[in-house]
Amino acid sequence: MRHIISILIENESGALSRVAGLFSARGYNIESLTVAPTEDPSLSRMTLVTRGNDDIIEQITKQLNKLIDVVKLIDLADSVHIERELMMVKIRATEQTREEIRSLADIFRGKIIDVTPTTYIVEMTGPSSKLDAFIAAIDGDTIIEVVRSGPTGISRGEKGLHL
Amino acid sequence: MELNGAQIVIQSLKDEGVEYIFGYPGGAVLHLYDALFQQEDVKHILVRHEQGATHAADGYARATGKPGVVLVTSGPGATNAITGIATAYMDSIPMVVISGQVPSPVIGSDAFQEVDMVGITRPCVKHNFLVKDVTKLAETIKKAFYVATTGRPGPVVVDIPKDITDPKIKVPYKYPKKVSIRSYNPAVTGHKGQIKKAVDLLLTAQKPIIYSGGGVILGEASKELVEFSQLLGFPVTNTLMGLGAYPATDKQFVGMLGMHGTYEANMAMHDSDVIIAIGARFDDRVTGKLDQFCPHAQIIHIDVDPASISKTVKVTVPIVGEVKPVLEQMMEMLRESKKKPSKKALESWWKQIEQWRAIKCMEYDRNSPLIKPQYVIEQLYEVTKGEAYITSDVGQHQMWAAQYYPFDKPRHWINSGGLGTMGFGLPAAIGVKLAFPESEVACVTGDGSIQMCIQELSTALQYNAPVKIINLNNSYLGMVRQWQEFTYESRYSHSYMDTIPDFVKLTEAYGHVGIRISKPEEVRPALEEAFAMKERTVFLDILTDRTENVYPMIEAGKAHNDMKLRVANGTSTDRELA
Ligand SMILES: Cc1cc2nc3c(=O)[nH]c(=O)nc-3n(C[C@H](O)[C@H](O)[C@H](O)COP(=O)(O)OP(=O)(O)OC[C@H]3O[C@@H](n4cnc5c(N)ncnc54)[C@H](O)[C@@H]3O)c2cc1C
Ligand SMILES: Cc1ncc(C[n+]2csc(CCOP(=O)(O)OP(=O)(O)O)c2C)c(N)n1
Ligand SMILES: [Mg+2]
Repeated sequence: MRHIISILIENESGALSRVAGLFSARGYNIESLTVAPTEDPSLSRMTLVTRGNDDIIEQITKQLNKLIDVVKLIDLADSVHIERELMMVKIRATEQTREEIRSLADIFRGKIIDVTPTTYIVEMTGPSSKLDAFIAAIDGDTIIEVVRSGPTGISRGEKGLHL
Repeated sequence: MELNGAQIVIQSLKDEGVEYIFGYPGGAVLHLYDALFQQEDVKHILVRHEQGATHAADGYARATGKPGVVLVTSGPGATNAITGIATAYMDSIPMVVISGQVPSPVIGSDAFQEVDMVGITRPCVKHNFLVKDVTKLAETIKKAFYVATTGRPGPVVVDIPKDITDPKIKVPYKYPKKVSIRSYNPAVTGHKGQIKKAVDLLLTAQKPIIYSGGGVILGEASKELVEFSQLLGFPVTNTLMGLGAYPATDKQFVGMLGMHGTYEANMAMHDSDVIIAIGARFDDRVTGKLDQFCPHAQIIHIDVDPASISKTVKVTVPIVGEVKPVLEQMMEMLRESKKKPSKKALESWWKQIEQWRAIKCMEYDRNSPLIKPQYVIEQLYEVTKGEAYITSDVGQHQMWAAQYYPFDKPRHWINSGGLGTMGFGLPAAIGVKLAFPESEVACVTGDGSIQMCIQELSTALQYNAPVKIINLNNSYLGMVRQWQEFTYESRYSHSYMDTIPDFVKLTEAYGHVGIRISKPEEVRPALEEAFAMKERTVFLDILTDRTENVYPMIEAGKAHNDMKLRVANGTSTDRELA
């Protein structure tokens, strides 16, 4: 099963490599990983998407917690949560296809954020599955580049991941 | 007090109560060595190879319970220390390794003797630090000791760039009395509800067994383990790392379990209905084939590291906490409980165990004209009255030492179990001897292993650490040969060394005493002679039956009840005497 693990980690050099190293050393897979500082400059937040059965996920969270730099973590799959990913797609746009791309972007609540005589850049956020659907909907031959941030997530309700 | 970085390191070690530091100098640590030179409290032991430094510090730590401390230079000094760091890591040994690094401004430029020590050690340390600011030095060292010695212990590396120890830069020094790390809070006591569940389960058990490991020794909980076991009257088995945590000569002890464990221990595990694992980590050398491991058992597991629990074997009642307080909590509950373990069930369980015991799986051919390695260990036990510290290397000799020297006290059996590092034994023995100069220290080794750190014979002389080296010389990489005999139809591929040095001469060249024997009747006198020379390191080169094997054996991937036992009276082929 797919799990999104959200981690608060000391904002120190080497902290990221400890997490990445743990995954490669123990043969866990990482589907995506995003890191950014938090409102507390001494902490970073890492969102990691991984797959595995319950036993593997249990080991992953235990091993992550064991890293001295990891302050706290939650497995978002354990509770109701919201997941978002940012995507930018550069698409070849001709006279004939411009209108179609615009309306597709509209349907997916995407925005066209850059226009050149031959290209569009569409920006879109949403759950990863929605972004996948958009990619599937447009003609693959017209895609020049796809940039995705990897998902981040937040749990719903009163609870939150903080110190 | 204002001190420079080099002085801060040494003063911090003093304030931490460090007695010995095992090290080897080089460019990046010259400032540190200069500071070492100007004081006498922290004694430096100059080894002959950095691997030796880590193993010696490790041996010191295993015997004393105090962290071992190592000092190495950058680059090759640092990489030479890796095997020893990984050895300590696998067996959860507290150790602090200080490594020199190239000056901060040139880090990353492939400078002379630069290696990314933090990166290279990351997978084999509990934690590591790169010091970037001299004002953080004392605090970092304090943190290193704190992390290394608390929770599940382990090695911690502190990498210090040369400019941080610059004698010209002085800063105020104060060694913190305490540190806390917000992201690091190891559990101590166990969860009451879980302990209650465990106690209930223990009291309903019909065929229980206590499976205890290195965690009992690391957690100084032998006394509690003994009380607990005797309160319940259950059989006790130990892992290789747990030997000595429960007195081996006690009748409740059924021996080691696992690949080379006793018949009775493995059969009892296999048949048990309740297992309580105490500071043991279900290593594959213990479990054998996982899907056939203890098919009828419900399992209670006490471990300070949550990641050790349900890692390979799913357990029924996990208890996260330190062995000592958790066992105390359990005993309190057991004593208060009106329910007692079923006497009747235990009686028939013990009857069954005695039947397994009666097979005498450890018997060997006592009438052989060749020296049997098992006999040497038995004699070693008698000559040292069972009180010596025994270190070992890795191979058949290690297993024989574990099987035939019944350890009654913790911290006396010192070996590399998790990494299985050949070369560990001799430097570890030196570390132990320095810690306990009045005690007998013997290193049980083999002709292959001893050559991996033999240079430390020189260290033993310089620092007056007289140890006894018991070389069970079978002119084979015996453990490899045994596997080749069993699984590769005796194709002995490169498990035989055509040229083995004359160990007697070699030892003499190092300034020690060497003795070679080849007949069974020489064993006892030679051991007595060796141990009578209190002030000398003695190398006993004992030419043993070359083709002796370690039994019982559960071959890799087999179940506990599928053991290879010694054929009646043993099969020994002739050994050509050199
Ligand atoms: C040639 C060879 C053959 C071997 N054959 C065997 C064999 O037949 N049988 C065998 O048993 N081993 C054998 N081993 C050793 C094996 O590889 C493992 O090292 C060993 O089984 C692990 O022992 P352990 O489970 O006690 O764990 P250790 O490695 O000692 O780990 C200790 C556990 O206790 C926990 N712990 C630490 N401190 C505390 C505390 N204060 N409170 C609570 N928990 C704590 C730790 O988190 C860890 O989980 C062999 C090794 C070699 C090299
Ligand atoms: C550094 C290292 N290299 C290789 C091995 C694999 N190995 C395990 S036991 C063994 C043979 C050891 O031979 P010896 O020291 O003579 O002991 P014996 O088995 O003959 O008693 C080898 C090569 C190891 N454990 N450690
Ligand atoms: Mg040998």
